[in-house]
Amino acid sequence: MKGNSENDLNRRRFLSAGIRGAGGAWVSLHWPAIMAAAQHAAHMREAVPPAKLEVLTAEQAAEIEAAACRIIPTDDTPGARDAGVIYFIDRALATFAQESRADYEKGLLVLQARTREMFPGTQKFSQATPEQQDAVLKALEGQPIFELILTQTVMGFLADPARGGNRGEVAWKLTGFDDSPAFAPPFGYYDRDYPGWKPPEEK
Amino acid sequence: MNPQITYKPSEEVDFVIVGSGAAGGVLAKELSTAGFKVVVLEQGRWIDPSDFSHDEITITNEFQLTNNPRQQPQAFRRTPQDKAQKQFAVIYGRLVGGGSVHFTGNFWRFHEIDFVERSRRGTIAGTGFADWPLTYADLEPYYTKVEWEIGISGLAGASPFDPPRSKPYPLPPMPVKSSGVLFERAAWKLGLHPFPAPLAILSQPYRGRAGCIHCGRCEAFGCEVGAKTSSLASVIPVAQQTGRCEIRTESYVHRVEINQQGRATGVAYFDAHRQPQFQKARAVIVSANGAETARLMLLSRSPSFPQGLANSSGMVGKHLMINGYTEVFATFDEPLNEFKSVTDTRVLHDFYEMDPKLGFYGGGGIDARFGYPPIGFALGALPPDAPRWGKAYKNWLASYSRTMLLASHATSLPLETNSISLDPELKDAWGLPAMCVTYKDHPDDLNTVRYLRDRSIEILQAAKAPKVWAAPVQEQSIAVHLLGTCRMGNDPKTSVINSDHRAHDVPNLFLCDGSSFVTSGRGQPTMTIQALAFRAADRIAAAARRGEV
Repeated sequence: MKGNSENDLNRRRFLSAGIRGAGGAWVSLHWPAIMAAAQHAAHMREAVPPAKLEVLTAEQAAEIEAAACRIIPTDDTPGARDAGVIYFIDRALATFAQESRADYEKGLLVLQARTREMFPGTQKFSQATPEQQDAVLKALEGQPIFELILTQTVMGFLADPARGGNRGEVAWKLTGFDDSPAFAPPFGYYDRDYPGWKPPEEK
Repeated sequence: MNPQITYKPSEEVDFVIVGSGAAGGVLAKELSTAGFKVVVLEQGRWIDPSDFSHDEITITNEFQLTNNPRQQPQAFRRTPQDKAQKQFAVIYGRLVGGGSVHFTGNFWRFHEIDFVERSRRGTIAGTGFADWPLTYADLEPYYTKVEWEIGISGLAGASPFDPPRSKPYPLPPMPVKSSGVLFERAAWKLGLHPFPAPLAILSQPYRGRAGCIHCGRCEAFGCEVGAKTSSLASVIPVAQQTGRCEIRTESYVHRVEINQQGRATGVAYFDAHRQPQFQKARAVIVSANGAETARLMLLSRSPSFPQGLANSSGMVGKHLMINGYTEVFATFDEPLNEFKSVTDTRVLHDFYEMDPKLGFYGGGGIDARFGYPPIGFALGALPPDAPRWGKAYKNWLASYSRTMLLASHATSLPLETNSISLDPELKDAWGLPAMCVTYKDHPDDLNTVRYLRDRSIEILQAAKAPKVWAAPVQEQSIAVHLLGTCRMGNDPKTSVINSDHRAHDVPNLFLCDGSSFVTSGRGQPTMTIQALAFRAADRIAAAARRGEV
């Protein structure tokens, strides 16, 4: 039966993700809730959209992505380009951030004008060197186009991959965030050896 | 949605309840189990818990669980002399279960002092500081009832500042997190008294509901396993099972109708298709939250109530209190992983009552948490001097799992000038006057928060955090705790409802939610909202049986 095989798949997926530190008794006590959460998480993962542009033109996307790559650069860890931030932004413009479309139309002209002004002969922001790009962005800090690209780049970098960015959860790996549907104590370094709650007088 | 009875709007039910949140859910459950016919009208949708999302954007940009400013814009101003500007100022739960769905679950009882503080401290010039018309002793049985009916985790007797209680908590406290351990040890070193946080989250399965599986999505998110004790998870299913209670969703009430005898006859609302409807009822209960309840009274003005319904005192919408709040951050060397499990696991109440010698009125509590999902952290929780982009910014992002904060929750003084009113120009998507929020923190409120901020810095330094930074203390302009706008009192000239939540001006109209508060408590109002709702239900049911509704 389809339902059962889906359940089995989710169960296996979930168990392979593991609930670190969880004992068997805890798992069996909470099993129905854990299964529900695991199915929920699996459902969300299936929703990851394909990497293609629906709203932005190739040129607009190149300009925005070039700026995004200076905001969160790739160094020894992945940056905005590796995370597919541009696909997040494109999808955002098709869904919850439709009103930003006009802001990009207008703002990208400002970005290009400032690039030409600071570096005559360079027509597009994406054609400038990384150092030049940093100088242009610094000059535009506080301007609507800079703030828009900054905000949506950070969102796209760190959002649930179902939103089109944060591919391979690269940003979550950087931050140490884990979206597993269930955890068990100890949760972090400092609660590992906690002896249980006792007021100081009794110690 | 669960199977339930449906009523025709033309059928006169015993009670129509506006709002299905912390208070409305409790009233629906109590009155329907007591045998009354109840219709609950909820503005928002019924969202099945399996559709709750762990995605931040669904919450912050798509408003899955809260009011959407695109449909329901708001105006804001600092003082009544200012011209209000269109600005999002009040956030509330807008779905079945209301704000109890997305709240963090901190569940502090008020202390004895909260109800009698004006008598103890004396008046405070220029404020509406007043005693409540009921005491802690009146409410204690209902605090206990809340804890056992809906399931609260905690440890009785752990805080030396706790008020007396008649029964322990039904469930043990949640397991401690790293923030709780660091906070607890440092606070003890300083001679303070941290204790396990009382939470509206099930540490173990309870009454057929699942225990918490520590997914870490409490604050601002809905709980898909039903471990958070929202009205949606706890009381509303019980109300529906009585076969006497209908929860009618996407029903936006805009008027309480009054007949020539001055009695409420029911409520007018827009249904899911924005068609006008009228639900008849023998009595009307408004539990629409501390902003919308006041707005509904003002929208219901009529020739006999030209200032707004139940507003002969002029107090409807006044004395808005939103609780002081501030955060002090720290990064440590090793991972805390605060994104796991419940938001906070340790609290202290040593500063619940501050020394009058400090020269200002106030009090509060401090808890240890982080509470920021990744995007919220990256866009809103770095130190003010941190880089905003580039390689150095990226290094800051890597500190996410090593960061925690101490959150201070504090008093707000009731001021007549802080209010909910109707904006003269701005309209919502239904053509109704939008709410206008006027709010300026009293200087004592800001001093209280500064005091708690300084204590938080001391605690984090005692915890030997390598880096500590504080958010700037400033006047607030976003409110999530909505309190005081239809305050209770014995004197109809200075209050809107009596201690049984009955409007002084309308015998069969009851208002019960955060709007009923006289003072603000110390920042965690939901427990008291629910205790008041259980008590109100008892009073209303008894009055109805006596034929006095």
